[in-house]
Amino acid sequence: MRIVVCIKQVPGTSQVEIDEETGVLKRDGAAAKINPYDLYALETAMRLKEKCGGTVTAVTMGPPQAKAMMKEAYMMGVDEAYVFSDRTFAGADVLATSYTLAQGITSICDYDIIVCGKQTTDGDTAQVGPAMAEYLGIPCAAWVGEIGDVDEHTMTVGQNFVNVKQLAKMKLPCLITVEKDIFTPRLPSYRLKAATKDREVHMIPFTEFKDQEASHYGLKGSATSVERIFPPASHEGQIFIEGSDEEIAAQLTELFADRKYIEVER
Amino acid sequence: MASLYFNQDICTLCGQCVEKCPFGALEIKNDKIEINASCKMCKLCVKNCPVSAVSLVEDKAKKAVDKNAWKGIMVFVEQEETGIHPVAFELIGKAGELAAKIHHPVYAVLIGGTQANAQAKALQNCGVDKIFVYAHAALANFRGDVYTNVMEDCINRIKPSVVLVGATSLGRSLAPACATRYRTGLTADCTVLDIKENTDLVQIRPAFGGNIMAQIITTNTRPQFATVRYKVMNVAEKTEKAGEIILCPVTEKMLVSDIEVISTEVIEKTKGIEEEDVLVVAGRGVKKQEDLEMIKALAEALGGQMATTRPLVEKGWNDVTKQIGLSGRTVKPKLIITCGVSGAVQFAAGMDGAECIVAINTDKEAPIFKIANYCITKDLYAVVPELIRAVKAKRQ
Repeated sequence: MRIVVCIKQVPGTSQVEIDEETGVLKRDGAAAKINPYDLYALETAMRLKEKCGGTVTAVTMGPPQAKAMMKEAYMMGVDEAYVFSDRTFAGADVLATSYTLAQGITSICDYDIIVCGKQTTDGDTAQVGPAMAEYLGIPCAAWVGEIGDVDEHTMTVGQNFVNVKQLAKMKLPCLITVEKDIFTPRLPSYRLKAATKDREVHMIPFTEFKDQEASHYGLKGSATSVERIFPPASHEGQIFIEGSDEEIAAQLTELFADRKYIEVER
Repeated sequence: MASLYFNQDICTLCGQCVEKCPFGALEIKNDKIEINASCKMCKLCVKNCPVSAVSLVEDKAKKAVDKNAWKGIMVFVEQEETGIHPVAFELIGKAGELAAKIHHPVYAVLIGGTQANAQAKALQNCGVDKIFVYAHAALANFRGDVYTNVMEDCINRIKPSVVLVGATSLGRSLAPACATRYRTGLTADCTVLDIKENTDLVQIRPAFGGNIMAQIITTNTRPQFATVRYKVMNVAEKTEKAGEIILCPVTEKMLVSDIEVISTEVIEKTKGIEEEDVLVVAGRGVKKQEDLEMIKALAEALGGQMATTRPLVEKGWNDVTKQIGLSGRTVKPKLIITCGVSGAVQFAAGMDGAECIVAINTDKEAPIFKIANYCITKDLYAVVPELIRAVKAKRQ
C-alpha cells in the first residue's frame, strides 16, 4: 500500500495580536510546530502501513524551514519526506494550495491512499483535502472517524454527519481527512531519531513539477484575495443589570434571543 | 492579480518587512529579500517598508470573467433522514439580503432521497424564488462525488453569482469539491457577508483562531462559494409569495460513483459540556443538592446543560466530567450563566473564553464580576425561577 500523508507547519501559538493603530500583526516569536490535527493523520497513515504493509510518504508545502517538521515526521516513522518549496507557490489560497499539493504528489510518487488532517490551526478552513481529491479525480471522505476493512482495491470508512453515522466503501486510490481522536498519536521516537538523523528531507522546487505553467500556482493561481485584515470588535464592556427580578429576567431573555443563544420559533 | 516586487536599488535591507511579516514569509538571502511559500499576500510589507522599496505589481489582466453572466444567490440545502438542516433557513435569510442589494433572485437547491420532493415545500415561503429539487433514491445518502455532479448540473443550469453552503461536516466536504471543479474561490466559515455593486461577495472570517479578521473577495471567477456556520446568520422571514418548485431530472451519469454507502444509522448524541453552546453553572451559592434541579431546569429551558464548580463535585453532587475549571473541563460556550459562583482563578481559567458571561451572585465583591459581561448582584433563588419563566415564554 502506497500511503501519502499531508502535513503542515503552523505557528506555535494562535495568540496573535494586532496593533490597532498601525494594523501590524504582533507575533511573540513562538516556534512553529506541526499542525496538531495532522498528528492524527500521521498516526492513521502509520497504522494503515502496519495493517497493510507498504510505505508512508509525508509531504508539505511551505518555506524551507518546514524541513525541521519533516525531521520530526521521520522520528514518527514515515519512510520518505518531501517539502514543496518555491516562491512560485507564495500567496496561495485553498484552490492554489490544493493544486500545488496535488501536482506535487503526482510529480513525486504513485499513491493508493492520501491521508490529511481535518483542518489546520492557522487557516482553519478544512477544505484543502476535499479540493485536492477533486483535482486528482479520486473519491474522498472527509471527517473520517473510523477505518474498517482495507484491501488492495477498496477501503471502508465511517463518517459522522449531523445526525447520521455513515459507513462507506471507497475505491482506491482515495483521499481521507481524519477526525481528531481517530487514534492516539504516537510520540516521536528517540530510537528513530537516532536512526533517521541522516535521512534527507527532499526539497522539491517548482522546476520538478509536471505542470510548469506558473500561473496555476501561488497567488496567480488563487481565486480569492485578502482585501484587508483587521482586529475583531473589542470585547464588550461590563453591564450591571438592575431592577426587579422580572425586569432582569425579561432583559436577559431579550438579549439571549437577539444573539441567538436560544432558538425562537419563526 | 498582482505580485510583490522588491526594488533592490532602494532596499536598505533594514529587515523591517521580515520582522513585521506575520507569516514568516520573508527572509534576507544573499543581500536580497526573498519571499517564500508562506506568503499570504497580506501586503503588510508594502505598508511597512520605510523606504517604499516594496511594491505591488499588477499582472497583465487574465481574461476577465463576465460578472453579468452569473446571476442569483444560490443556497445549498442540506437534508438527512431526520429532516432539513436548520442552517439552510439562515443561509436563505442572508441570501435574501444580499440579493436585494444587487437585484438578483434567490435560489435553493435540495438534493436528497425520494422524500426530498415533499421536503422542498418547507422552503417555499421564506423568500426563495426558485427551488431546484434533485430527488432520487441514490441521493438519499451523501457521497461526495455524486453530490458534486448534481451541484454541477444545477450550477450550469442557473449560473448563480454566489453559492452559500452551511459549514457542517457535509457542507465543508461538498463546497471545496464544487469550488475546485469550477476553479473558483471558496471562503470557509464566514461570519459576515456583504455584496458590492459589481456582485463581488465581501467575505469576512476570523483568521488565527479568532484573533484577527480577514476580508476576502473572489475577484475574477464565478460562482463565488462561501460556507457559513450554523447560528451565525438570521433565519429568513416568512413570506406570502411561494417559491416555485422545479423538479430536476437525475441522470445515470450523475450517479456514477467510486463510493458505495454500506450502512447509515441515526446517532443519539451525548454532548459533553465542552461542546455545549449554552451552560448554566451552579456554585456554592446553591445551598442544597435538590436545588440543582432549578439550575438544571434553567439549562434545559435554554437548550443547554448544567455544569458545576469543584466544591459541588467534591460534595458528590455532580460528576467530574461536568466540572469546569483547571481540575475539570475547559469550556468555550457562546453563553455561560454562573449562579452563586465566586469565580476563583482556577474556575475562571476554564471558562473565560466564553462569548458572553452572565454572573448572578449576591456578593458584589466576588471576583466573577471582574470577568462577567452581564452582572446581576441579586439572590439566585429569586432571579433563576423568573428567568426560567421568561425564557420558556419567549421560546413558545
